[in-house]
Amino acid sequence: MRIYSTLLISWTLISSLSACGPSSKPELPSSETTRITVTGSSTIAPLAAELAKKFETEHPEFRIDVQTGGSSRGISDVRSSIAHIGMVSRALYESESDLNHHLIARDGVTIIAHGKNPVKNLSRQQIIDIYTGKIRNWSMVGGDDKPVTVVHKAEGRSTLEVFLAYTKLKNTQIKADSIIGDNQQGLKLVANNPNAIAYVSIGAAEYDAAHGLSIKLIDLDGIEASTQNVRNGRFPITRDLNFVTKGNPSEATQRFLEFAVREYNQNIVEGLGFVAADAP
Amino acid sequence: MCRTALPKNNRFETLEFFSTMAAFVPVAFFLVLFGQILVDGISGLSWDFLTQNPLDAGRQGGIASIVLSTAYILGICLIITIPFGLMLAIYLTLNENNTNGSLLFLRRSIMVLAGMPSIVVGLFGNAFFSISLGLGFSILSGGLTLACMVLPFFILVSEQALRSVPKHYYINAYALGLNQSSTLFKIALPLAIPGIGAALILSIGRALAETAALIFTAGYVTRTPESVLDSGRALSVHIFDLAMNVPGGNQNAFSTALVLIIFLILLSIATRFLGKSLVNRVGVV
Amino acid sequence: MSLQMLREKIFQTLLKISAILCGGIVIFIALFIALESIPFFRSTPIYRLITDQSWHPTEQLFNLAPMLWGSIYAVSLAILIAVPIGILVAIYIQFYAQSLIQSLVLQIVQILSGVPSVVFGLWGLVVLSPLIAQISGPGTSLLAGGIMLSIIVLPLIVIITNAQIEQFEEDYIKSALALGMSRQSIIIRVILPGISSGLYAGISLQIGRALGETMVVLMVCGNVVQAPLNPFEPVRALTANIALEMAYALGDHRSALFVSGLLLLLLVSAISMAQTKNRTIAYV
Repeated sequence: MRIYSTLLISWTLISSLSACGPSSKPELPSSETTRITVTGSSTIAPLAAELAKKFETEHPEFRIDVQTGGSSRGISDVRSSIAHIGMVSRALYESESDLNHHLIARDGVTIIAHGKNPVKNLSRQQIIDIYTGKIRNWSMVGGDDKPVTVVHKAEGRSTLEVFLAYTKLKNTQIKADSIIGDNQQGLKLVANNPNAIAYVSIGAAEYDAAHGLSIKLIDLDGIEASTQNVRNGRFPITRDLNFVTKGNPSEATQRFLEFAVREYNQNIVEGLGFVAADAP
Repeated sequence: MCRTALPKNNRFETLEFFSTMAAFVPVAFFLVLFGQILVDGISGLSWDFLTQNPLDAGRQGGIASIVLSTAYILGICLIITIPFGLMLAIYLTLNENNTNGSLLFLRRSIMVLAGMPSIVVGLFGNAFFSISLGLGFSILSGGLTLACMVLPFFILVSEQALRSVPKHYYINAYALGLNQSSTLFKIALPLAIPGIGAALILSIGRALAETAALIFTAGYVTRTPESVLDSGRALSVHIFDLAMNVPGGNQNAFSTALVLIIFLILLSIATRFLGKSLVNRVGVV
Repeated sequence: MSLQMLREKIFQTLLKISAILCGGIVIFIALFIALESIPFFRSTPIYRLITDQSWHPTEQLFNLAPMLWGSIYAVSLAILIAVPIGILVAIYIQFYAQSLIQSLVLQIVQILSGVPSVVFGLWGLVVLSPLIAQISGPGTSLLAGGIMLSIIVLPLIVIITNAQIEQFEEDYIKSALALGMSRQSIIIRVILPGISSGLYAGISLQIGRALGETMVVLMVCGNVVQAPLNPFEPVRALTANIALEMAYALGDHRSALFVSGLLLLLLVSAISMAQTKNRTIAYV
């Protein structure tokens, strides 16, 4: 019995320790190097990481940590001050107007298939039919007589939200064969599966297709999926890539934000297959 | 150690046929798996692979910073595990025959902790260490979470080592008037050291194999860590990320897997030297 | 003398404290996970975990049942494959193999038991899934998950059975021999029934282990939320669900993931609490 009471006491001790945890807000360690934490969308993460690397070489007194976790996490981390900057790969909702957004690039979401798949073009309706399970064979859209492997994204990803907004489908209506996490996983899965169809960021898809990955960007209603068409606004599924901050950002954060949209960094943006923010 | 004492007969036995067939399964799988890892992994393996940091999401470059992060995470895990684990093993050995409620509860707790799914411990580590204690995605959170997983295992195996010290040593020590702590430190512990060493190495193997719990606690960052509050990617997480999320990452995934497996096999050889009898009893790598 | 007594006292206290802390960790983990699940139970009636249309947390649909079935199917498949093979391999090692081969097979089994599951997952993803895809379906499937889980569980079943046979009373075997029983019937009629209770304990702990396994099911199962009876269809296991969505989950969604963690914890703990015998062996 005595041990039980001591157990109880010890537990109370530990839990009080945990209770005082949240009050000691995750302070971002301050030493000689100033640290900037960036979290959120996995689509923006490679871009942010490249920008961060260049920023760090120019200003060695800064350290920038980039962690992925999806757009909604970017929003919530900035709200709770866990992160200085959130990455959000869609336009902000009205409920998120308490945050400041900084457009750093634009991107499209493209449909991809395996490189050997003969299908070149799909209409919006065909995509809807494929994702709702009405079309189950590639021959029904002019391809080979092979079953379609529908690749869909896991809940919480903004690429998913952009795709649903375009198809006007609800997530519950979609019948998938495989569920993936981020863009790279989708690209990898499609490259390995000749029957797969998926939707991913155009930037990531173009980059990997150019680097020898066996995938193919499918034209949408006859419009070629390319950064070119995202830039001139012809491509139907486009989205904004934003950095978000709360209130008055610190000087360090401000400097990084200014750095990110500076003109001579546009080659980094374009190099990753995104479209520069100020392009016409 | 094996029972072949049964009489042999030359008659065909169905059981012999089927069990021989079954024995091919692990052997064949072993050959296929290790063959694949060796063939795919060895070409990417070089001195540069071990001394360079990953580039281009891990497709290029090496795993130097990953190895360093792994070592830090492991270090933190062991700093917690060894003292606590030894204390508990000693406590349990001293109370070996004690069946009162609290002791029984303690043993049950260790069992439950040992069997706890790593993803659940990862959830806890994320919610408690990373968020409530504000450690964030860091090597520290990862190491502490890992300690929760490795601790019960270390306790169970070290307890076995301590128990294998013959009982009459204790009785003689008691007869000579030694108290419990002296008996343990001067007699039992030195005798059990090889066994405890084996327990330690087995625990390291466990810790290195863990992936799920580290994804939410130590994070994904591939940079060389500068402090324990930095996020750091462990070897196992690197393999996972290359295999799942990096197109063209298979090559380096296999190379990293090869490094990890070679290290684990070296550890298991070391264990064999340390505590053959113990290893046979608990039968691990 | 008094110094020595003080030392003894300190030592005993230290032991007690660490014992209390260690006993406390389990309760603490369980309570913490329960605590994180509370927001979900506050906003959503518990029965919706099985009555909702599906698992779409962003549309406030929280049906965990398909994933529970996914886990159960994959683990059942794994156990169905691994248990008979594992027992046979142990019988081979103990009774039929020549001594050189005997230690070789045992060695291989022991090495396999220490291979990180992420390495199995890598192999399953790169080698096994494409093979399955050639037969039917997308490749990443219930079947792939079951096979990979069985490979994780198999070495442990062999080790457990092996240890059980080693501990089996010599006298029974001698008596059976005296009765003139053949080798095969001694194994089947005397030894296997004799070790069955230990085997059940060991196997049920492996069930717990397979239920809690994350990396392999995350990598090779395809992660579609459904409970198919066709093994070529993809499934999502409870553990994979947590791993897949945790980083992205917020609010009720996050809390629902802790609920599934709690469910998993209760399941596995119930299995391990039921077993008191053969525990060290079985946990390895």
